[in-house]
Amino acid sequence: MIKFDNVSKRYPEGHDALRDVSFSLNRGEMAFLTGHSGAGKSTLLKLIMLMERASRGQVSIAGQDLAQFSRDDIPYHRRRIGVVFQNHQLLFDRSVFENVALPLHISGYDEEDIGKRVRAALDKVGLLHKEKLNPITLSTGEQQRIGIARAIVHKPQVLLADEPTGNLDPALSEEIMRLFMEFNLHGTTVLIATHDLALVSRMPYRTLTLDQGRLING
Amino acid sequence: MANREPVKRGAERQRPADKPVADTSAAHAHKGAAKHRVDFVAEFKSWIRHHKSTARQSLQRLWLTPLPSFMTLAVLAIALALPGLMFVGLKNINHLSGEWKGDPRISLYLQKTLPAEEAERFSQKMLLRTDLAAVELVTKEQGLHEFQRISGFSDVLEFLDKNPLPAVVVVQPLDNQKASLSALQQALNELPEVEDAVLDMVWVERLSSFVRLANRVVLVLGALLALSVLLVVGNTIRLSIESRKDEIQVAKLVGATDSWVKRPFIYTGFWFGLIGAVIAWLFVEISLLLISTPVGQLVSLYQTDFELQRLGFIDSLSLIGVGVLLGLFGARLAVGRHLREIEPQ
Ligand SMILES: Nc1ncnc2c1ncn2[C@@H]1O[C@H](COP(=O)(O)OP(=O)(O)O)[C@@H](O)[C@H]1O
Ligand SMILES: [Mg+2]
Repeated sequence: MIKFDNVSKRYPEGHDALRDVSFSLNRGEMAFLTGHSGAGKSTLLKLIMLMERASRGQVSIAGQDLAQFSRDDIPYHRRRIGVVFQNHQLLFDRSVFENVALPLHISGYDEEDIGKRVRAALDKVGLLHKEKLNPITLSTGEQQRIGIARAIVHKPQVLLADEPTGNLDPALSEEIMRLFMEFNLHGTTVLIATHDLALVSRMPYRTLTLDQGRLING
Repeated sequence: MANREPVKRGAERQRPADKPVADTSAAHAHKGAAKHRVDFVAEFKSWIRHHKSTARQSLQRLWLTPLPSFMTLAVLAIALALPGLMFVGLKNINHLSGEWKGDPRISLYLQKTLPAEEAERFSQKMLLRTDLAAVELVTKEQGLHEFQRISGFSDVLEFLDKNPLPAVVVVQPLDNQKASLSALQQALNELPEVEDAVLDMVWVERLSSFVRLANRVVLVLGALLALSVLLVVGNTIRLSIESRKDEIQVAKLVGATDSWVKRPFIYTGFWFGLIGAVIAWLFVEISLLLISTPVGQLVSLYQTDFELQRLGFIDSLSLIGVGVLLGLFGARLAVGRHLREIEPQ
Protein backbone atom coordinates (compact mmCIF):
# COMPACT_ATOMS: atom_id res chain seq x y z
CA MET A 1 0.00 0.00 0.00
CA ILE A 2 2.85 2.36 0.93
CA LYS A 3 6.15 1.80 -0.81
CA PHE A 4 9.39 3.77 -0.58
CA ASP A 5 12.21 2.94 -3.03
CA ASN A 6 15.56 4.54 -2.22
CA VAL A 7 13.89 7.77 -1.24
CA SER A 8 15.97 10.80 -0.25
CA LYS A 9 14.70 14.20 0.73
CA ARG A 10 16.91 17.25 0.82
CA TYR A 11 15.31 20.54 1.89
CA PRO A 12 16.26 23.64 -0.07
CA GLU A 13 18.61 24.74 2.74
CA GLY A 14 20.72 21.67 1.96
CA HIS A 15 19.78 19.53 4.94
CA ASP A 16 19.22 15.83 4.20
CA ALA A 17 16.05 14.88 6.10
CA LEU A 18 15.80 11.40 4.55
CA ARG A 19 18.58 9.33 3.01
CA ASP A 20 18.00 6.35 0.80
CA VAL A 21 14.91 5.08 2.62
CA SER A 22 13.27 1.88 1.35
CA PHE A 23 10.42 -0.05 2.90
CA SER A 24 6.95 -1.20 2.05
CA LEU A 25 3.81 -1.50 4.08
CA ASN A 26 1.14 -3.93 2.94
CA ARG A 27 -2.51 -3.15 2.64
CA GLY A 28 -4.13 -3.47 6.04
CA GLU A 29 -0.82 -3.43 7.89
CA MET A 30 -0.11 -1.23 10.92
CA ALA A 31 3.35 0.06 11.85
CA PHE A 32 5.13 2.59 14.04
CA LEU A 33 7.71 5.03 12.79
CA THR A 34 10.16 6.02 15.51
CA GLY A 35 13.40 7.92 15.85
CA HIS A 36 14.90 10.86 17.67
CA SER A 37 13.57 14.32 17.15
CA GLY A 38 14.73 15.53 13.73
CA ALA A 39 15.23 11.99 12.45
CA GLY A 40 12.88 12.61 9.52
CA LYS A 41 9.58 11.08 10.71
CA SER A 42 7.41 14.07 9.80
CA THR A 43 9.21 14.44 6.51
CA LEU A 44 8.42 10.84 5.60
CA LEU A 45 4.70 11.39 6.33
CA LYS A 46 4.73 14.66 4.34
CA LEU A 47 6.09 12.81 1.32
CA ILE A 48 3.13 10.43 1.50
CA MET A 49 0.73 13.39 1.75
CA LEU A 50 2.49 15.19 -1.10
CA MET A 51 3.10 18.12 1.21
CA GLU A 52 6.69 17.67 0.10
CA ARG A 53 8.16 15.84 -2.84
CA ALA A 54 11.04 13.35 -2.80
CA SER A 55 14.40 14.62 -4.05
CA ARG A 56 15.38 11.15 -5.22
CA GLY A 57 13.76 7.71 -5.32
CA GLN A 58 10.15 6.73 -5.66
CA VAL A 59 7.19 6.92 -3.28
CA SER A 60 4.13 4.98 -4.33
CA ILE A 61 0.71 4.60 -2.77
CA ALA A 62 -1.63 1.83 -3.90
CA GLY A 63 0.79 1.17 -6.75
CA GLN A 64 0.72 4.74 -8.05
CA ASP A 65 3.98 6.63 -8.33
CA LEU A 66 3.40 9.95 -6.54
CA ALA A 67 5.92 11.72 -8.76
CA GLN A 68 3.38 11.48 -11.56
CA PHE A 69 0.75 13.46 -9.67
CA SER A 70 0.40 17.05 -10.80
CA ARG A 71 -0.58 19.85 -8.46
CA ASP A 72 -4.19 19.40 -9.57
CA ASP A 73 -4.14 15.69 -8.65
CA ILE A 74 -2.98 16.30 -5.09
CA PRO A 75 -6.42 17.00 -3.51
CA TYR A 76 -7.82 13.74 -4.90
CA HIS A 77 -4.79 11.86 -3.63
CA ARG A 78 -5.21 13.34 -0.15
CA ARG A 79 -8.85 12.29 0.01
CA ARG A 80 -7.83 8.63 0.25
CA ILE A 81 -5.62 9.36 3.24
CA GLY A 82 -6.55 10.40 6.76
CA VAL A 83 -4.05 12.38 8.82
CA VAL A 84 -3.77 13.17 12.51
CA PHE A 85 -1.28 15.73 13.71
CA GLN A 86 0.04 16.49 17.15
CA ASN A 87 -1.14 20.07 16.81
CA HIS A 88 -4.52 18.65 15.89
CA GLN A 89 -5.45 21.66 13.73
CA LEU A 90 -9.08 21.85 14.78
CA LEU A 91 -10.97 24.99 13.78
CA PHE A 92 -12.34 26.87 16.76
CA ASP A 93 -14.84 28.95 14.80
CA ARG A 94 -17.21 25.99 14.39
CA SER A 95 -18.68 23.06 16.27
CA VAL A 96 -17.18 19.62 16.76
CA PHE A 97 -19.67 18.31 14.20
CA GLU A 98 -18.60 20.85 11.57
CA ASN A 99 -14.94 20.11 12.19
CA VAL A 100 -15.44 16.42 11.55
CA ALA A 101 -17.73 17.10 8.58
CA LEU A 102 -15.15 19.22 6.73
CA PRO A 103 -13.55 16.42 4.67
CA LEU A 104 -17.02 15.23 3.63
CA HIS A 105 -18.12 18.70 2.55
CA ILE A 106 -14.93 18.97 0.53
CA SER A 107 -15.51 15.61 -1.13
CA GLY A 108 -19.08 16.61 -1.99
CA TYR A 109 -21.23 14.29 0.11
CA ASP A 110 -24.87 15.27 0.60
CA GLU A 111 -26.13 16.57 3.94
CA GLU A 112 -27.94 13.43 5.00
CA ASP A 113 -24.95 11.24 4.26
CA ILE A 114 -22.68 13.67 6.08
CA GLY A 115 -24.85 13.56 9.22
CA LYS A 116 -24.73 9.77 9.33
CA ARG A 117 -21.01 9.48 8.71
CA VAL A 118 -19.99 12.22 11.13
CA ARG A 119 -22.06 10.67 13.93
CA ALA A 120 -20.61 7.25 13.19
CA ALA A 121 -17.08 8.68 13.39
CA LEU A 122 -17.80 10.60 16.61
CA ASP A 123 -19.35 7.49 18.07
CA LYS A 124 -16.18 5.51 17.34
CA VAL A 125 -14.05 7.97 19.29
CA GLY A 126 -16.68 8.14 22.05
CA LEU A 127 -17.60 11.80 21.65
CA LEU A 128 -20.99 11.60 20.00
CA HIS A 129 -22.58 13.57 22.85
CA LYS A 130 -20.23 16.54 22.25
CA GLU A 131 -21.03 17.16 18.61
CA LYS A 132 -22.62 20.56 19.19
CA LEU A 133 -19.83 21.95 21.38
CA ASN A 134 -17.01 24.17 20.26
CA PRO A 135 -13.79 22.09 20.36
CA ILE A 136 -12.08 24.82 22.37
CA THR A 137 -14.18 23.77 25.37
CA LEU A 138 -12.83 20.20 25.23
CA SER A 139 -9.78 18.68 26.92
CA THR A 140 -6.56 17.97 25.00
CA GLY A 141 -7.35 14.27 24.84
CA GLU A 142 -10.84 14.94 23.57
CA GLN A 143 -9.53 17.37 20.96
CA GLN A 144 -7.09 14.73 19.77
CA ARG A 145 -9.98 12.28 19.42
CA ILE A 146 -11.93 14.85 17.39
CA GLY A 147 -8.87 15.13 15.14
CA ILE A 148 -8.92 11.35 14.74
CA ALA A 149 -12.65 11.35 13.98
CA ARG A 150 -11.99 13.92 11.24
CA ALA A 151 -9.18 11.78 9.85
CA ILE A 152 -11.31 8.65 9.56
CA VAL A 153 -14.74 10.09 8.77
CA HIS A 154 -14.37 9.46 5.04
CA LYS A 155 -13.06 5.93 5.61
CA PRO A 156 -9.60 6.49 4.14
CA GLN A 157 -7.52 3.59 2.84
CA VAL A 158 -4.50 4.90 4.71
CA LEU A 159 -4.33 6.55 8.12
CA LEU A 160 -1.23 8.55 9.05
CA ALA A 161 -0.55 10.02 12.48
CA ASP A 162 2.29 12.32 13.51
CA GLU A 163 2.96 12.23 17.25
CA PRO A 164 -0.72 11.67 18.04
CA THR A 165 0.01 11.13 21.72
CA GLY A 166 2.59 13.89 22.10
CA ASN A 167 0.84 15.87 24.82
CA LEU A 168 -1.09 13.06 26.48
CA ASP A 169 -0.50 11.10 29.65
CA PRO A 170 0.15 7.34 29.34
CA ALA A 171 -3.46 6.31 30.02
CA LEU A 172 -4.85 8.65 27.33
CA SER A 173 -2.07 7.58 24.97
CA GLU A 174 -3.08 3.95 25.34
CA GLU A 175 -6.66 4.89 24.63
CA ILE A 176 -5.70 6.70 21.44
CA MET A 177 -3.54 3.77 20.34
CA ARG A 178 -6.42 1.40 20.89
CA LEU A 179 -8.49 3.53 18.50
CA PHE A 180 -5.84 3.16 15.82
CA MET A 181 -5.71 -0.58 16.38
CA GLU A 182 -9.44 -0.73 15.95
CA PHE A 183 -9.36 1.10 12.61
CA ASN A 184 -6.58 -1.22 11.54
CA LEU A 185 -8.76 -4.22 12.40
CA HIS A 186 -11.29 -2.84 9.92
CA GLY A 187 -8.65 -2.98 7.21
CA THR A 188 -7.16 0.50 7.19
CA THR A 189 -3.42 0.73 6.62
CA VAL A 190 -1.99 2.65 9.58
CA LEU A 191 1.38 4.38 10.02
CA ILE A 192 2.06 6.20 13.29
CA ALA A 193 5.09 8.41 13.88
CA THR A 194 6.02 8.68 17.54
CA HIS A 195 9.07 8.98 19.74
CA ASP A 196 7.25 7.36 22.67
CA LEU A 197 9.36 4.18 22.66
CA ALA A 198 7.82 2.88 25.87
CA LEU A 199 4.40 2.91 24.27
CA VAL A 200 5.68 1.30 21.06
CA SER A 201 7.38 -1.49 22.93
CA ARG A 202 4.09 -2.48 24.55
CA MET A 203 2.40 -2.83 21.15
CA PRO A 204 2.74 -5.93 18.98
CA TYR A 205 3.40 -4.07 15.75
CA ARG A 206 6.19 -3.62 13.25
CA THR A 207 8.49 -0.68 14.03
CA LEU A 208 10.41 1.37 11.47
CA THR A 209 13.23 3.31 13.07
CA LEU A 210 14.85 6.37 11.54
CA ASP A 211 18.20 7.75 12.57
CA GLN A 212 19.56 10.90 10.94
CA GLY A 213 17.26 10.25 7.99
CA ARG A 214 18.36 6.64 7.51
CA LEU A 215 16.09 3.69 8.11
CA ILE A 216 18.04 1.49 10.53
CA ASN A 217 15.36 -1.05 11.27
CA GLY A 218 12.27 -1.88 9.36
CA MET B 1 0.84 -2.86 -6.53
CA ALA B 2 2.02 -3.35 -10.08
CA ASN B 3 -0.18 -0.95 -12.02
CA ARG B 4 1.32 2.51 -11.97
CA GLU B 5 -1.17 5.04 -13.17
CA PRO B 6 -1.74 8.54 -11.89
CA VAL B 7 -4.91 9.52 -10.04
CA LYS B 8 -7.74 9.39 -12.53
CA ARG B 9 -8.60 12.65 -14.24
CA GLY B 10 -11.87 14.29 -15.19
CA ALA B 11 -15.23 13.27 -13.77
CA GLU B 12 -13.80 10.10 -12.32
CA ARG B 13 -11.66 11.88 -9.78
CA GLN B 14 -14.48 14.17 -8.65
CA ARG B 15 -15.89 11.26 -6.73
CA PRO B 16 -15.50 11.04 -3.02
CA ALA B 17 -12.25 9.43 -2.08
CA ASP B 18 -13.67 6.29 -0.57
CA LYS B 19 -14.91 5.04 -3.89
CA PRO B 20 -13.09 1.81 -4.66
CA VAL B 21 -9.65 1.71 -6.19
CA ALA B 22 -9.96 -2.03 -6.73
CA ASP B 23 -10.03 -2.36 -2.97
CA THR B 24 -11.72 -5.36 -1.45
CA SER B 25 -10.41 -4.94 2.05
CA ALA B 26 -12.56 -5.25 5.13
CA ALA B 27 -12.83 -1.50 5.54
CA HIS B 28 -14.95 -1.35 2.44
CA ALA B 29 -16.80 -4.60 2.83
CA HIS B 30 -19.18 -3.41 5.54
CA LYS B 31 -20.32 -0.27 3.77
CA GLY B 32 -22.90 -2.09 1.71
CA ALA B 33 -25.58 0.09 0.21
CA ALA B 34 -23.83 3.33 1.07
CA LYS B 35 -21.13 2.43 -1.43
CA HIS B 36 -23.12 3.55 -4.45
CA ARG B 37 -21.43 5.07 -7.44
CA VAL B 38 -21.78 8.82 -7.43
CA ASP B 39 -23.07 9.62 -10.89
CA PHE B 40 -22.74 12.83 -12.80
CA VAL B 41 -26.08 14.23 -11.67
CA ALA B 42 -25.27 13.74 -8.01
CA GLU B 43 -21.91 15.34 -8.61
CA PHE B 44 -23.50 18.34 -10.27
CA LYS B 45 -26.01 18.63 -7.44
CA SER B 46 -23.26 18.63 -4.88
CA TRP B 47 -21.45 21.33 -6.86
CA ILE B 48 -24.59 23.48 -6.90
CA ARG B 49 -25.11 22.79 -3.22
CA HIS B 50 -21.64 23.96 -2.41
CA HIS B 51 -22.14 27.12 -4.45
CA LYS B 52 -25.39 27.88 -2.65
CA SER B 53 -24.07 27.26 0.83
CA THR B 54 -20.85 29.14 0.09
CA ALA B 55 -22.81 32.12 -1.22
CA ARG B 56 -24.98 32.15 1.89
CA GLN B 57 -22.05 31.73 4.28
CA SER B 58 -20.02 34.44 2.59
CA LEU B 59 -22.93 36.83 3.02
CA GLN B 60 -23.37 35.86 6.67
CA ARG B 61 -19.66 36.32 7.21
CA LEU B 62 -19.97 40.01 6.25
CA TRP B 63 -22.22 40.48 9.26
CA LEU B 64 -19.77 38.77 11.59
CA THR B 65 -17.50 41.80 11.27
CA PRO B 66 -20.10 44.54 10.77
CA LEU B 67 -17.89 47.59 11.14
CA PRO B 68 -15.08 46.69 8.71
CA SER B 69 -17.66 45.35 6.25
CA PHE B 70 -19.67 48.52 6.50
CA MET B 71 -16.62 50.72 5.95
CA THR B 72 -15.56 48.74 2.92
CA LEU B 73 -19.07 48.93 1.52
CA ALA B 74 -19.22 52.68 2.11
CA VAL B 75 -15.96 53.23 0.23
CA LEU B 76 -17.16 51.00 -2.61
CA ALA B 77 -20.52 52.77 -2.75
CA ILE B 78 -18.90 56.20 -2.96
CA ALA B 79 -16.39 55.06 -5.56
CA LEU B 80 -19.26 53.69 -7.65
CA ALA B 81 -21.72 56.54 -7.00
CA LEU B 82 -19.33 59.25 -8.21
CA PRO B 83 -18.98 57.93 -11.76
CA GLY B 84 -22.68 57.11 -11.62
CA LEU B 85 -23.54 60.75 -10.91
CA MET B 86 -21.08 62.03 -13.50
CA PHE B 87 -22.63 59.67 -15.98
CA VAL B 88 -26.12 61.00 -15.27
CA GLY B 89 -24.77 64.56 -15.63
CA LEU B 90 -23.34 63.65 -19.02
CA LYS B 91 -26.56 62.02 -20.01
CA ASN B 92 -28.42 65.25 -19.27
CA ILE B 93 -25.90 67.40 -21.12
CA ASN B 94 -26.01 65.06 -24.10
CA HIS B 95 -29.77 65.19 -23.94
CA LEU B 96 -29.87 68.97 -23.82
CA SER B 97 -27.25 69.52 -26.49
CA GLY B 98 -29.08 67.01 -28.64
CA GLU B 99 -32.15 69.19 -28.48
CA TRP B 100 -30.33 72.45 -28.97
CA LYS B 101 -28.53 71.19 -32.02
CA GLY B 102 -31.99 71.43 -33.57
CA ASP B 103 -31.70 75.15 -34.31
CA PRO B 104 -28.54 76.41 -35.92
CA ARG B 105 -29.41 79.56 -37.88
CA ILE B 106 -28.21 81.23 -41.01
CA SER B 107 -28.21 85.03 -41.01
CA LEU B 108 -28.73 86.54 -44.47
CA TYR B 109 -27.36 90.10 -44.62
CA LEU B 110 -29.19 91.73 -47.49
CA GLN B 111 -27.71 94.21 -49.98
CA LYS B 112 -27.66 97.62 -48.32
CA THR B 113 -29.17 99.17 -51.41
CA LEU B 114 -32.19 96.88 -51.31
CA PRO B 115 -35.37 98.87 -50.63
CA ALA B 116 -37.51 97.91 -47.66
CA GLU B 117 -40.35 96.49 -49.79
CA GLU B 118 -37.87 94.30 -51.66
CA ALA B 119 -36.55 93.01 -48.34
CA GLU B 120 -40.09 92.26 -47.25
CA ARG B 121 -40.77 90.41 -50.51
CA PHE B 122 -37.51 88.49 -50.19
CA SER B 123 -38.39 87.27 -46.72
CA GLN B 124 -41.81 86.12 -48.01
CA LYS B 125 -40.04 84.23 -50.76
CA MET B 126 -37.88 82.53 -48.16
CA LEU B 127 -41.01 81.48 -46.30
CA LEU B 128 -42.07 79.47 -49.34
CA ARG B 129 -38.88 77.44 -49.39
CA THR B 130 -39.33 73.86 -48.23
CA ASP B 131 -35.84 73.51 -46.73
CA LEU B 132 -36.40 76.15 -44.06
CA ALA B 133 -38.21 75.69 -40.78
CA ALA B 134 -38.55 79.34 -39.81
CA VAL B 135 -37.86 82.77 -41.31
CA GLU B 136 -37.61 86.08 -39.47
CA LEU B 137 -37.07 89.50 -41.03
CA VAL B 138 -35.13 92.09 -39.07
CA THR B 139 -35.60 95.38 -41.00
CA LYS B 140 -33.02 98.15 -41.09
CA GLU B 141 -35.09 100.10 -38.58
CA GLN B 142 -35.50 97.18 -36.21
CA GLY B 143 -31.78 96.50 -36.44
CA LEU B 144 -30.97 100.09 -35.60
CA HIS B 145 -33.47 100.10 -32.79
CA GLU B 146 -31.93 96.99 -31.36
CA PHE B 147 -28.47 98.49 -31.71
CA GLN B 148 -29.55 101.61 -29.89
CA ARG B 149 -31.14 99.62 -27.14
CA ILE B 150 -28.11 97.42 -26.60
CA SER B 151 -25.41 100.08 -27.03
CA GLY B 152 -27.16 102.96 -25.27
CA PHE B 153 -26.28 105.33 -28.16
CA SER B 154 -29.80 106.61 -28.50
CA ASP B 155 -28.84 109.45 -30.78
CA VAL B 156 -26.55 107.51 -33.02
CA LEU B 157 -28.29 108.93 -36.11
CA GLU B 158 -27.06 112.37 -35.25
CA PHE B 159 -23.55 111.28 -36.26
CA LEU B 160 -24.60 109.33 -39.34
CA ASP B 161 -26.64 110.74 -42.14
CA LYS B 162 -28.36 107.43 -42.82
CA ASN B 163 -28.93 104.01 -41.25
CA PRO B 164 -25.76 101.98 -41.95
CA LEU B 165 -27.26 98.60 -41.03
CA PRO B 166 -28.50 96.12 -43.61
CA ALA B 167 -31.80 94.33 -43.29
CA VAL B 168 -31.26 90.79 -42.04
CA VAL B 169 -33.31 87.69 -42.67
CA VAL B 170 -32.62 84.98 -40.09
CA VAL B 171 -33.57 81.51 -41.30
CA GLN B 172 -33.64 78.22 -39.49
CA PRO B 173 -32.82 75.22 -41.73
CA LEU B 174 -34.85 72.02 -41.52
CA ASP B 175 -31.89 69.71 -42.11
CA ASN B 176 -29.22 70.18 -39.45
CA GLN B 177 -26.57 67.89 -40.92
CA LYS B 178 -23.30 69.74 -41.03
CA ALA B 179 -22.78 69.09 -44.75
CA SER B 180 -26.24 70.16 -45.82
CA LEU B 181 -26.02 73.23 -43.61
CA SER B 182 -22.99 74.55 -45.41
CA ALA B 183 -24.47 73.61 -48.78
CA LEU B 184 -27.57 75.61 -47.92
CA GLN B 185 -25.47 78.50 -46.72
CA GLN B 186 -23.65 78.59 -50.09
CA ALA B 187 -26.88 78.40 -52.05
CA LEU B 188 -28.35 81.29 -50.08
CA ASN B 189 -25.16 83.27 -50.50
CA GLU B 190 -25.60 83.08 -54.30
CA LEU B 191 -28.99 84.80 -54.17
CA PRO B 192 -28.78 88.33 -55.70
CA GLU B 193 -30.52 89.99 -52.72
CA VAL B 194 -28.02 88.49 -50.28
CA GLU B 195 -24.78 90.25 -49.58
CA ASP B 196 -23.55 87.67 -47.10
CA ALA B 197 -24.94 84.46 -45.58
CA VAL B 198 -23.43 83.56 -42.21
CA LEU B 199 -23.91 80.15 -40.67
CA ASP B 200 -24.26 80.76 -36.99
CA MET B 201 -22.71 77.52 -35.72
CA VAL B 202 -19.82 78.49 -33.52
CA TRP B 203 -21.74 77.92 -30.32
CA VAL B 204 -23.00 74.53 -31.50
CA GLU B 205 -19.44 73.50 -32.14
CA ARG B 206 -18.36 74.84 -28.77
CA LEU B 207 -21.08 72.92 -27.04
CA SER B 208 -20.29 69.70 -28.82
CA SER B 209 -16.57 69.97 -28.08
CA PHE B 210 -17.45 70.67 -24.46
CA VAL B 211 -19.59 67.54 -24.44
CA ARG B 212 -16.75 65.56 -25.98
CA LEU B 213 -14.38 66.81 -23.30
CA ALA B 214 -16.86 66.03 -20.54
CA ASN B 215 -17.28 62.52 -21.93
CA ARG B 216 -13.56 61.99 -21.86
CA VAL B 217 -13.18 63.34 -18.34
CA VAL B 218 -15.95 61.08 -17.06
CA LEU B 219 -14.31 58.12 -18.78
CA VAL B 220 -10.92 58.79 -17.19
CA LEU B 221 -12.33 59.48 -13.72
CA GLY B 222 -14.59 56.44 -14.03
CA ALA B 223 -11.61 54.24 -14.88
CA LEU B 224 -9.65 55.58 -11.90
CA LEU B 225 -12.56 54.99 -9.55
CA ALA B 226 -13.08 51.49 -10.96
CA LEU B 227 -9.43 50.81 -10.24
CA SER B 228 -9.90 51.98 -6.67
CA VAL B 229 -12.89 49.63 -6.31
CA LEU B 230 -10.65 46.77 -7.47
CA LEU B 231 -7.97 47.69 -4.97
CA VAL B 232 -10.41 48.05 -2.08
CA VAL B 233 -12.06 44.69 -2.77
CA GLY B 234 -8.68 43.05 -3.38
CA ASN B 235 -7.27 44.33 -0.12
CA THR B 236 -10.33 43.34 1.89
CA ILE B 237 -10.20 39.83 0.46
CA ARG B 238 -6.48 39.62 1.12
CA LEU B 239 -7.09 40.39 4.80
CA SER B 240 -9.90 37.86 4.89
CA ILE B 241 -7.61 35.18 3.41
CA GLU B 242 -4.97 36.04 5.98
CA SER B 243 -7.44 35.65 8.83
CA ARG B 244 -8.64 32.28 7.55
CA LYS B 245 -5.22 30.82 6.92
CA ASP B 246 -5.67 27.93 9.38
CA GLU B 247 -8.92 26.91 7.82
CA ILE B 248 -7.39 26.97 4.34
CA GLN B 249 -4.48 24.81 5.45
CA VAL B 250 -6.74 22.24 7.09
CA ALA B 251 -9.03 22.18 4.06
CA LYS B 252 -6.11 21.60 1.70
CA LEU B 253 -4.79 18.88 3.98
CA VAL B 254 -8.04 16.94 3.79
CA GLY B 255 -8.23 17.23 0.01
CA ALA B 256 -9.77 20.58 -0.90
CA THR B 257 -9.11 21.66 -4.48
CA ASP B 258 -7.89 25.16 -5.26
CA SER B 259 -11.28 26.15 -6.60
CA TRP B 260 -13.05 24.86 -3.50
CA VAL B 261 -10.79 26.98 -1.34
CA LYS B 262 -11.18 30.01 -3.59
CA ARG B 263 -14.96 29.92 -3.83
CA PRO B 264 -15.91 31.62 -0.54
CA PHE B 265 -13.58 34.52 -1.28
CA ILE B 266 -14.92 34.95 -4.78
CA TYR B 267 -18.42 35.08 -3.30
CA THR B 268 -17.26 37.65 -0.75
CA GLY B 269 -16.09 39.81 -3.66
CA PHE B 270 -19.41 39.25 -5.38
CA TRP B 271 -21.38 40.40 -2.33
CA PHE B 272 -19.18 43.44 -1.78
CA GLY B 273 -19.63 44.41 -5.43
CA LEU B 274 -23.37 43.82 -5.43
CA ILE B 275 -24.21 45.51 -2.13
CA GLY B 276 -21.78 48.38 -2.80
CA ALA B 277 -23.40 48.97 -6.19
CA VAL B 278 -26.94 48.89 -4.77
CA ILE B 279 -25.97 51.49 -2.16
CA ALA B 280 -24.28 53.55 -4.89
CA TRP B 281 -27.49 53.37 -6.92
CA LEU B 282 -29.42 54.70 -3.92
CA PHE B 283 -26.88 57.53 -3.51
CA VAL B 284 -27.32 58.51 -7.16
CA GLU B 285 -31.12 58.39 -7.14
CA ILE B 286 -31.40 60.33 -3.87
CA SER B 287 -28.96 62.97 -5.12
CA LEU B 288 -30.99 63.35 -8.30
CA LEU B 289 -34.20 63.75 -6.30
CA LEU B 290 -32.53 66.46 -4.23
CA ILE B 291 -31.24 68.46 -7.20
CA SER B 292 -34.06 67.89 -9.66
CA THR B 293 -36.16 70.90 -8.55
CA PRO B 294 -33.39 73.55 -8.62
CA VAL B 295 -31.95 72.14 -11.85
CA GLY B 296 -35.41 72.17 -13.38
CA GLN B 297 -35.84 75.82 -12.42
CA LEU B 298 -32.45 76.72 -13.83
CA VAL B 299 -32.92 74.98 -17.13
CA SER B 300 -36.46 76.22 -17.60
CA LEU B 301 -35.02 79.72 -17.90
CA TYR B 302 -33.61 78.61 -21.24
CA GLN B 303 -35.86 75.84 -22.31
CA THR B 304 -39.45 75.10 -21.57
CA ASP B 305 -39.86 71.36 -21.70
CA PHE B 306 -36.97 70.07 -19.63
CA GLU B 307 -37.07 66.96 -17.52
CA LEU B 308 -34.02 65.78 -15.55
CA GLN B 309 -32.79 62.48 -16.96
CA ARG B 310 -32.41 59.80 -14.25
CA LEU B 311 -30.49 56.53 -14.38
CA GLY B 312 -33.36 54.51 -15.82
CA PHE B 313 -33.64 50.74 -15.90
CA ILE B 314 -30.80 49.86 -18.25
CA ASP B 315 -28.27 52.21 -16.66
CA SER B 316 -29.24 51.08 -13.15
CA LEU B 317 -28.65 47.52 -14.24
CA SER B 318 -25.32 48.50 -15.78
CA LEU B 319 -24.21 50.23 -12.58
CA ILE B 320 -24.99 47.13 -10.55
CA GLY B 321 -23.44 44.88 -13.18
CA VAL B 322 -20.23 46.90 -13.17
CA GLY B 323 -20.14 46.75 -9.35
CA VAL B 324 -20.54 42.97 -9.36
CA LEU B 325 -17.90 42.49 -12.06
CA LEU B 326 -15.41 44.71 -10.23
CA GLY B 327 -16.09 42.81 -6.99
CA LEU B 328 -15.56 39.44 -8.66
CA PHE B 329 -12.47 40.63 -10.48
CA GLY B 330 -10.95 42.22 -7.37
CA ALA B 331 -11.52 38.98 -5.47
CA ARG B 332 -9.96 36.98 -8.30
CA LEU B 333 -6.84 39.12 -8.21
CA ALA B 334 -6.43 38.75 -4.43
CA VAL B 335 -7.19 35.03 -4.47
CA GLY B 336 -4.87 34.34 -7.38
CA ARG B 337 -2.01 36.10 -5.61
CA HIS B 338 -2.40 34.83 -2.07
CA LEU B 339 -4.14 31.45 -1.95
CA ARG B 340 -1.53 29.41 -3.76
CA GLU B 341 1.06 30.35 -1.21
CA ILE B 342 -0.91 28.91 1.69
CA GLU B 343 -0.02 25.24 1.95
CA PRO B 344 -0.31 22.90 4.93
CA GLN B 345 2.91 22.72 6.96
N1 LIG C 1 10.53 22.71 5.81
C1 LIG C 1 11.78 22.39 6.19
N2 LIG C 1 12.82 23.09 5.70
C2 LIG C 1 14.09 22.76 6.04
N3 LIG C 1 14.41 21.79 6.87
C3 LIG C 1 13.42 21.06 7.40
C4 LIG C 1 12.05 21.32 7.08
N4 LIG C 1 11.28 20.43 7.75
C5 LIG C 1 12.14 19.65 8.44
N5 LIG C 1 13.42 20.03 8.24
C6 LIG C 1 14.62 19.39 8.81
O1 LIG C 1 14.60 18.04 8.41
C7 LIG C 1 14.99 17.19 9.50
C8 LIG C 1 13.89 16.19 9.76
O2 LIG C 1 12.79 16.87 10.30
P1 LIG C 1 11.43 16.12 10.67
O3 LIG C 1 11.04 15.32 9.50
O4 LIG C 1 10.49 17.15 11.16
O5 LIG C 1 11.90 15.19 11.86
P2 LIG C 1 11.03 14.53 13.02
O6 LIG C 1 9.60 14.64 12.64
O7 LIG C 1 11.52 13.12 13.07
O8 LIG C 1 11.36 15.26 14.25
C9 LIG C 1 15.26 18.12 10.67
O9 LIG C 1 16.66 18.32 10.77
C10 LIG C 1 14.58 19.38 10.31
O10 LIG C 1 15.28 20.48 10.82
MG1 LIG D 1 8.04 15.58 13.63
